[in-house]
Amino acid sequence: MLTYVLKRVLQSALVLLVVGLVAFSMFRFVGDPIDNMLGQERTDADIARLRADLGLDQPFPVQYYKFLENAVQGDFGVSFRQGRPVAEILVERAPATLELAAVSGFLAISIGIGLGVFTAIRKDGFLANMIMSVSLIGVSLPTFLIGILLIYLFSVELGWLPSFGRGEVTHIGWWSTGLLTSSGLKALILPSITLGLYQMTLIMRLVRSEMLEVLRQDYVRFARARGLKERTVNFRHALKNTLVPVITVTGLQLGSIIAFAIITETVFQWPGVGLLFINAIQFVDIPVMAAYLMLISVMFVGINLIVDLLYFAIDPRLRTDGKGAH
Amino acid sequence: MSDTVLDIEGLSVHFPTRRKLFVAVNKANLAVEPGEIHGLVGESGAGKSTIGAAVMGLLERPGHIAEGSVSFKGEHINGRDADGMRALRGAKISMIFQDPLTSLNPLLTVGQQLVETIQFHLKLSEADSKKRAIELLDRVGIPNPSERIDQYPHQFSGGMRQRVVIALALCSEPDVIIADEPTTALDVSIQAQILELIKELARERQTGVILITHDMGVIADTTDKVTVMYQGQVVESGTTEQVLGAPEHEYTKSLIAAVPRPTLKVHRFPQLSYGGRQIAFHIDDLARNWERPEPTKSGTLLKVEGLTKTFLARNAIIPSRRKYFTAADKVSFDIREGEVFGIVGESGSGKSTVARMIATLYQTNGGKIFFDDEEITQLKTAKDLESYRRQIQMIFQDPFSSLNPRMRVDEIIAEPVKHHKLLEGAAIQHRVDELLERVGLGSEAGRKYPHEFSGGQRQRISIARALATQPRFLICDEPTSALDVSIQAQILNILKDLQEHLGLTMLFISHDLPVVRQMCDRVGVMRQGQMVEVADTETLFAAPKEAYTRELLSLMPKLEGLSTEGLEDEIV
Repeated sequence: MLTYVLKRVLQSALVLLVVGLVAFSMFRFVGDPIDNMLGQERTDADIARLRADLGLDQPFPVQYYKFLENAVQGDFGVSFRQGRPVAEILVERAPATLELAAVSGFLAISIGIGLGVFTAIRKDGFLANMIMSVSLIGVSLPTFLIGILLIYLFSVELGWLPSFGRGEVTHIGWWSTGLLTSSGLKALILPSITLGLYQMTLIMRLVRSEMLEVLRQDYVRFARARGLKERTVNFRHALKNTLVPVITVTGLQLGSIIAFAIITETVFQWPGVGLLFINAIQFVDIPVMAAYLMLISVMFVGINLIVDLLYFAIDPRLRTDGKGAH
Repeated sequence: MSDTVLDIEGLSVHFPTRRKLFVAVNKANLAVEPGEIHGLVGESGAGKSTIGAAVMGLLERPGHIAEGSVSFKGEHINGRDADGMRALRGAKISMIFQDPLTSLNPLLTVGQQLVETIQFHLKLSEADSKKRAIELLDRVGIPNPSERIDQYPHQFSGGMRQRVVIALALCSEPDVIIADEPTTALDVSIQAQILELIKELARERQTGVILITHDMGVIADTTDKVTVMYQGQVVESGTTEQVLGAPEHEYTKSLIAAVPRPTLKVHRFPQLSYGGRQIAFHIDDLARNWERPEPTKSGTLLKVEGLTKTFLARNAIIPSRRKYFTAADKVSFDIREGEVFGIVGESGSGKSTVARMIATLYQTNGGKIFFDDEEITQLKTAKDLESYRRQIQMIFQDPFSSLNPRMRVDEIIAEPVKHHKLLEGAAIQHRVDELLERVGLGSEAGRKYPHEFSGGQRQRISIARALATQPRFLICDEPTSALDVSIQAQILNILKDLQEHLGLTMLFISHDLPVVRQMCDRVGVMRQGQMVEVADTETLFAAPKEAYTRELLSLMPKLEGLSTEGLEDEIV
């Protein structure tokens, strides 16, 4: 068990190194930040001085090494655009994105699994078929379109919910939260639905098909044949077995909720890291882009590690170290 | 008949489909008394399992009981609502399924599943339930029950799992147990133990048992009464002795005649005359165009020496910490030209591993293979092996997964011909059509896909594919163990014809001793990767040398009470 975790952590570190390298080398082709930072009246001396200041005159491997060295210590450099340390900007922006992602992730998983189980158990029911048809919309419409439609309906026409921003936020230490004020909660509704809808329908359809498969298994028939209550059969025997494959996909989906937040944040002008990244791209703000990509990959890798460990928790077949008495 | 626990009268089960009404069971009658084991026998699709499901109220929709009644202790139970059925299910009537590997929830411990069921039915406290669960595990013969109760199903072997399943079925002290093929997935020795346990429990608790099976051996050894089903209808019912010894119905007669006997060797199985499922096999036409190679000088076609295969059981970076499992351990034997050599053994004994090494599907980890006096294990390149591979062909156990479902039958049969560049152009299609005619399917079968055929027909397609390259040596790996007994008889007859008329040499792998006796000239017994004993078939059955062989033979159902009607002319 411990060796397994250690092995996975080492693998994760390797993945992060490679992601860092790819991200960092790509930025060499997105444009020259010096162009944006200095105005029209610049001299060659100015350019050379700024280059030296920012370390851009160094060879690529040296730049990458320095980036890594600093990143490990939590120092992602200074934003070219804002002139502030990137770590500081990220800490300021991250709570907005994480809150949005957490709320939409929670919605996606709870509603997705709930509806998935419902549509599987009532396979031929009218309501279940309705849900299945409607869910096609969630899968097929692009995120930004759903966002714009929701804004049009609930903000422009009905005027119930705000169309942009986070509303009022409360600060708890360095963490800013919108969950404690009514305007903050209201502001969360539309973006989290927009962000989570695709994941929700995906999880629902996945849970449904897995559950239908599991309900056909002999151990479910045998549980029924033992006279156990329908609820026990469905939730104690079937659901747990359904979740094993569902967890993998859900884990990946949670990662992409954070990554896809870029679009939602743009549509709703949500002051999170996604919006920060979009702005950074426009300005070729390399330190911000690099830090953002590293942050996303840390989360992906972290979530995958958790998924793998969850397997161990759920499936006893993986836990035995050959002590099974065969 | 006041002491009948379960009485089924005039039961019909219908499955309405879009095109027509499918009658799975038609007016079936069956009665079970306390302590009685009642066998329900028939081939696949006969409706045996449907009767079990109907009694339990577990019919898959849209299936439903169309008429007739099921009474439990004199009370009608069909027509009860879902809650009423559930009160009966598990409590009064329990069920045991075929495959112990899939009938336990893999994510819950054995104890959790037992305690849950006991708590639900007997309303005992958690601690009392656990105590009872341990008693039950002890009763069904699981060693160290108090320790093993906290283990998960995958930590038990197949036979032990089936014991756990039986313990689960006993949780509520039921009056009737429906056992649906309880031993089909198990080895002979385990099968004998499980059947013995079921017999003991039926006697001891006065539980009525319906034993659903397709295996005449199980019926003969275990049951008191037997009911024979054919296409949804009960054709015959009576005491086991009477039905098996002096069958009255034509179908029962033909079914019994098709059962391979451990004590009699027949030349050919009598061709079934019931139900019109007869398919011809044109061996004479096939033999006319068959190119026979030069016979070997030594008379021995295949010889293996010290054949060894190890699999990696646990990987590790340091080679010394890796663990290996030896699937075949220095196996040696030789097969004379034109003979059928059998390998018998229980699952995991290495039978199939040896076959796959001979077919060069597995690399060997030691030992030599000689074919026609040439050492095959020395040939390194695929090109050198081509000629050898053309001469050996294989027929696999599972007729469903051994044919590519996306390929047409004529493509499947033509593939080896094209691969070995034996024929060109129209001649390929001609060969394919001819083979399909000869195996009795007709050349139009080539335009269809494998799923359009039954198990027996698919095995004929496999045979046609194996014959396409005109091989000298056939490897048959459990070729009939997935088939019904009447279809098995047809396929075995075909294989006998191939050996006799085409002079094919065969390696015949089976766990079924009666089948081996019918088919093989010589037999090798394998156990845990080693060849225990090799002898002439008749010698082996009459006077086995090794203790393990004697044990295997003693576990084999004797079937002495079976009628020999229709076999008279065939007994050798």
